[in-house]
Amino acid sequence: MSENQNPQGPSRDVTRHDGHGTVAQTDRFVDPGVPEHRPRLTDTDPKAAKRNERIIAILFAVSCLGTIGSIVAYFAVRPDGTTPGVRLSTVLLGVAIAVSLFGIGFAAVHWAKTLMSNKEYVEERHSSSSSDEVRGVVQQGFKDGLEDSGIARRPVLKGAVVSALALFPLTIAVPLVSSVGGDWNVGKFRHTLWKKGTRLAYDPSGRPIKAADLTVGSVAHVIPDVPAEERESHEWITEKAKAVVLLVRMDPRDHKRDHREGASYDGIVAYSKICTHVGCPVALYEQQTHHLLCPCHQSTFDISDGSKVVFGPAKRPLPQLPITVDSEGYLVAEDDFNEPIGPSYWERLK
Amino acid sequence: MSTTTTPHATAEPTTLIGKSADYLDQRTKVGVLAKQLVRKVFPDHWSFMLGEIALFSFVVLLISGVFLAMFFEPSMALTTHHGAPATMDGQLMSVAFSSTLDMSFEVRGGLLMRQIHHWSALIFVAGIVVHMMRVFFTGAFRKPRELNWLVGTLLLILSLAAGFSGYSLPDDVLSGNGLRITDGVVKSIPIIGSYMSYFIFGGEFPGEHIIPRLFTVHILLVPALILALVGVHLFLMVLNKHTQYPGGGRTHKNVVGYPAVPAFATKMGGNFFIIFGVLALMGGTMAINNVWNYGPYDPSPVSAGAQPDWYMLFLEGSLRLMPGQAEIVTWGDWTLSLNILVPAVIVPGLLFTFLFVYPFIEAKVTGDRGEHHVLDRPRNVPARTGLGVAFLTAFVILALAGSNDLIATHFALSINTITWVFRILFFVGPVFAFWITKRICLGLQRKDRELVLHGHETGRIVRFANGEYIEVHRPLDEQERWLRVNYDVRRPLEIEPATDARGVKRKGYKKDKRWQRLSQFFYEDRVEPVTPAELAAAHAHGEHDELEPQHDAPALVAGSGSAEREH
Amino acid sequence: MKALAARRHHRLAPVVLLLLALLVTGGVYAALDPSPAQADTASTADIETGKKLFQANCATCHGPNAEGTTEAPSLVGVGAAAVDFQVSTGRMPMQMNGPQAEAKPRQMDEEQTAALAAFVASLGAGPAIPTDEQVDGSKGDPANGMALFRTNCAMCHNAVGAGGALSEGKFAPPLFDTSERNVYQAMLTGPQSMPVFNDANITPDEKRDIIAFLDEQDQGSAGGLALGSLGPVSEGLWAWIIGIGLIIGGAVWIGAKSS
Repeated sequence: MSENQNPQGPSRDVTRHDGHGTVAQTDRFVDPGVPEHRPRLTDTDPKAAKRNERIIAILFAVSCLGTIGSIVAYFAVRPDGTTPGVRLSTVLLGVAIAVSLFGIGFAAVHWAKTLMSNKEYVEERHSSSSSDEVRGVVQQGFKDGLEDSGIARRPVLKGAVVSALALFPLTIAVPLVSSVGGDWNVGKFRHTLWKKGTRLAYDPSGRPIKAADLTVGSVAHVIPDVPAEERESHEWITEKAKAVVLLVRMDPRDHKRDHREGASYDGIVAYSKICTHVGCPVALYEQQTHHLLCPCHQSTFDISDGSKVVFGPAKRPLPQLPITVDSEGYLVAEDDFNEPIGPSYWERLK
Repeated sequence: MSTTTTPHATAEPTTLIGKSADYLDQRTKVGVLAKQLVRKVFPDHWSFMLGEIALFSFVVLLISGVFLAMFFEPSMALTTHHGAPATMDGQLMSVAFSSTLDMSFEVRGGLLMRQIHHWSALIFVAGIVVHMMRVFFTGAFRKPRELNWLVGTLLLILSLAAGFSGYSLPDDVLSGNGLRITDGVVKSIPIIGSYMSYFIFGGEFPGEHIIPRLFTVHILLVPALILALVGVHLFLMVLNKHTQYPGGGRTHKNVVGYPAVPAFATKMGGNFFIIFGVLALMGGTMAINNVWNYGPYDPSPVSAGAQPDWYMLFLEGSLRLMPGQAEIVTWGDWTLSLNILVPAVIVPGLLFTFLFVYPFIEAKVTGDRGEHHVLDRPRNVPARTGLGVAFLTAFVILALAGSNDLIATHFALSINTITWVFRILFFVGPVFAFWITKRICLGLQRKDRELVLHGHETGRIVRFANGEYIEVHRPLDEQERWLRVNYDVRRPLEIEPATDARGVKRKGYKKDKRWQRLSQFFYEDRVEPVTPAELAAAHAHGEHDELEPQHDAPALVAGSGSAEREH
Repeated sequence: MKALAARRHHRLAPVVLLLLALLVTGGVYAALDPSPAQADTASTADIETGKKLFQANCATCHGPNAEGTTEAPSLVGVGAAAVDFQVSTGRMPMQMNGPQAEAKPRQMDEEQTAALAAFVASLGAGPAIPTDEQVDGSKGDPANGMALFRTNCAMCHNAVGAGGALSEGKFAPPLFDTSERNVYQAMLTGPQSMPVFNDANITPDEKRDIIAFLDEQDQGSAGGLALGSLGPVSEGLWAWIIGIGLIIGGAVWIGAKSS
């Protein structure tokens, strides 16, 4: 339903594809021209001009004071490593620098607004494209250049030069891309540090965990039990990124189902802590609902029901670590995870 | 002695500046450039300073960034930190994190510089967004400025890359989890995903290469690209001359404003100092990115309120809103994670595609191949304004969705309910926003028409001897009227008929018909500006609006006054 | 006296009289107001008092012998620590039905709380109220506390204890105003959605380290205003409101015509 309020119908005016768009109305108002220049108070009243000049000078002076203040603050206030000490130094320096900058800024703008001439000028625009003459010369120039190169008569050369130029970037690209990727062994995604017999330990202290330590409603953040020296290396952080586990003890009456057959022990379940959505640690355990919530995108897993996804953008349940106890009562893994932990990737199921 | 080549038209320079300029010019012909620039006219409006927000905060980023680069060590080697703050003393962490702590607590002004740098980054992207909004809503992207629009959109993307690589450098738990999410998104890409993950991290996540690599990206690759593109952006802006708002004397063949030297350059310089001052004030008084509260990156901890910086929130919200059922296993046992690809690749792809192609679509639906140097008032282009508001609505809904846990805690709502509400709003909101914006624009245009035809209401009521009451209207002056009537009317495209004179179906008709339909979506509903004829007609039967001599008492006493009421 | 009487019509006389009246009223009240009793170790009298309080305030939901009903769980074995936590924060007696019981002004004073705790503790062995030394943050190591906090607590309570959202309208509250004793007791007893962090999981010393870490947060931020310590979302909000607001304000001023 057209809503145009133009008394003339659309059929009267044919769309013109000229340089000025689709307008074809002949009956238009006339441009009244640039409005008359109105002088400012500072243009007419010399006292006002003098007053503003003083204001501008004062602002510049304030800026100088700010600069001096910042240098004084720098030397006088030494951060002592305590929170209040560093805060004092930061605030003083920041405010002094701001005063120094604002002084110049306000002074300059005020000067331009009140004292500098504000007479409006009109400047003509030129066409955005080059003139036909110039274009003609350029076109001819390229034509002549092409003629001189003789490439039109030598198609073999054309193909040869294109092939060589297209190929040579590989000399740099291949080594660059290949070396940047490390050993490219994506099979490593399938394996973690967990093996049969690896004890479960508290993160970050590294103490091994006894089954009896956990009471109903307990949650423990778990890493594989590995000697302390090994935990102070880079490789450890990369392995930990796959190996972290969340250990929960539930009332056996609430525990409906494992994700992996037989993986739990007496109401104690161990699930991978890496979210199957995009890999954040799933760590918010709600004791009463047995829901495990990931804080990044709110994927929610029901730990009492095989870590099934009950809300959010994850699709797959968390992988489960099969656990049991050893002869001294410590919780140990029975095996590694039986699927790659964390986010999905193309060849995950292969 | 004077040279033997061209005779000097001007006298020999005597001042130091004059002599230096002469020295330079004799070697570089810089006079030609200076001639173009020294009194170049720039139109003056506050909305033309929004690009400067981005430009000057970028300068502040460079300045503060140099300071930071003097103290930051981009290494993931492990070290035991000794010193402030007390909560980090004696802890094992990467050298990158440790150097960030030293910079904050041991180096005087270090924390100030870090905070100025981070606030500037947030303001940099915000400045680009408000500048882009101004350019979009006023139609400054039309010919000859389409290329500059493309350059600007690329700059937006680069600013996101700069911010992301920058806040990941301290190697803390918050940004490290952000990197982990990025790894998860990359892994979801079909066929090459797991290899791309290895490419980026040099092995499995997190490895020991990512921080030094991000450092190179952040201080070398991205700033170089940004500087180059900013150069192109400003060059094109100077070459095409700045656009100007409609008004008296402002045509598509001129620029009305103030000369570069001194007024415009002084205001620009002053603006730089004011922006720098605001950033310094914020950096000195408002805490930001206190990485010691998050701790050094470890794959185990995570904090509530795990979000990226504001400009990445749209991706975060997108990931949070997508339901999980969409991951499918294809025939052949390949895993296609649409639940990640759709929010993290397809939705941003669509948003950025809209930004990139919009000028060309609009040019096609208007059939307009002319140059435009006078800006549109947003109300005069209702469909474009509506689309822009719809786009922003989608963006804001995604950003709010990314903050859903903070909304839940602050307004005592259920995070699950909030997620569902935003899932629906993401589709419904932009449609509703488009519709209501378009209605408002058309309404404002009609109000303008009424104003032109009938003038300002003065509030003066006059009663004639015959008992008639009128409100006196003051007609608009020339400038006010010109502002409201000087806009181009756009009508839907007219295309050649489906069949030619001999009844043969024309090739290309279907494509033309599609463009025409899109054009109708844009321009079917429109309000056209008042013409002098209409104004005269309004005066003819609206004579009671103004006090004219013929309304003197004697003429009306005779009972002739049943002048036609306001229609 | 004569001097005072001579000034009785002074314009400030009413003010002086008012001040005097306030001082007198306040002083009398302070003198006569009963001071709260000091809590001491549980005695048989406490358990009896506690039982009476329990019947009056808690038995409706928790059962006459705290054995639990469909409304509320059994309290046998929850220990004095759980009762002290719940009652001193005002969460119990629970008044409003909602996703979770929220902290509110406490209904029972120190003495009554101690009595209730003694009664419930007498029903079955459970975690005891910690000693003052156990919860004294100045004796803990904030660095170790931070490491423990970020692994065990930050995901719900936020990196510095500003609070966070759980599912379905539940939430982990901010810890800024929580007493040292209640931090300890909450870890020990796992109230509502919070898991149980018994002494084998987080040892008493480690609990004190966490308290020391939280005490450090009272100093605020080294960078100035902490803005709630909520992270990048609030930082982005302030960048827009204050940063862009001030800068655009400046731009409008620059572009405006001078009079």
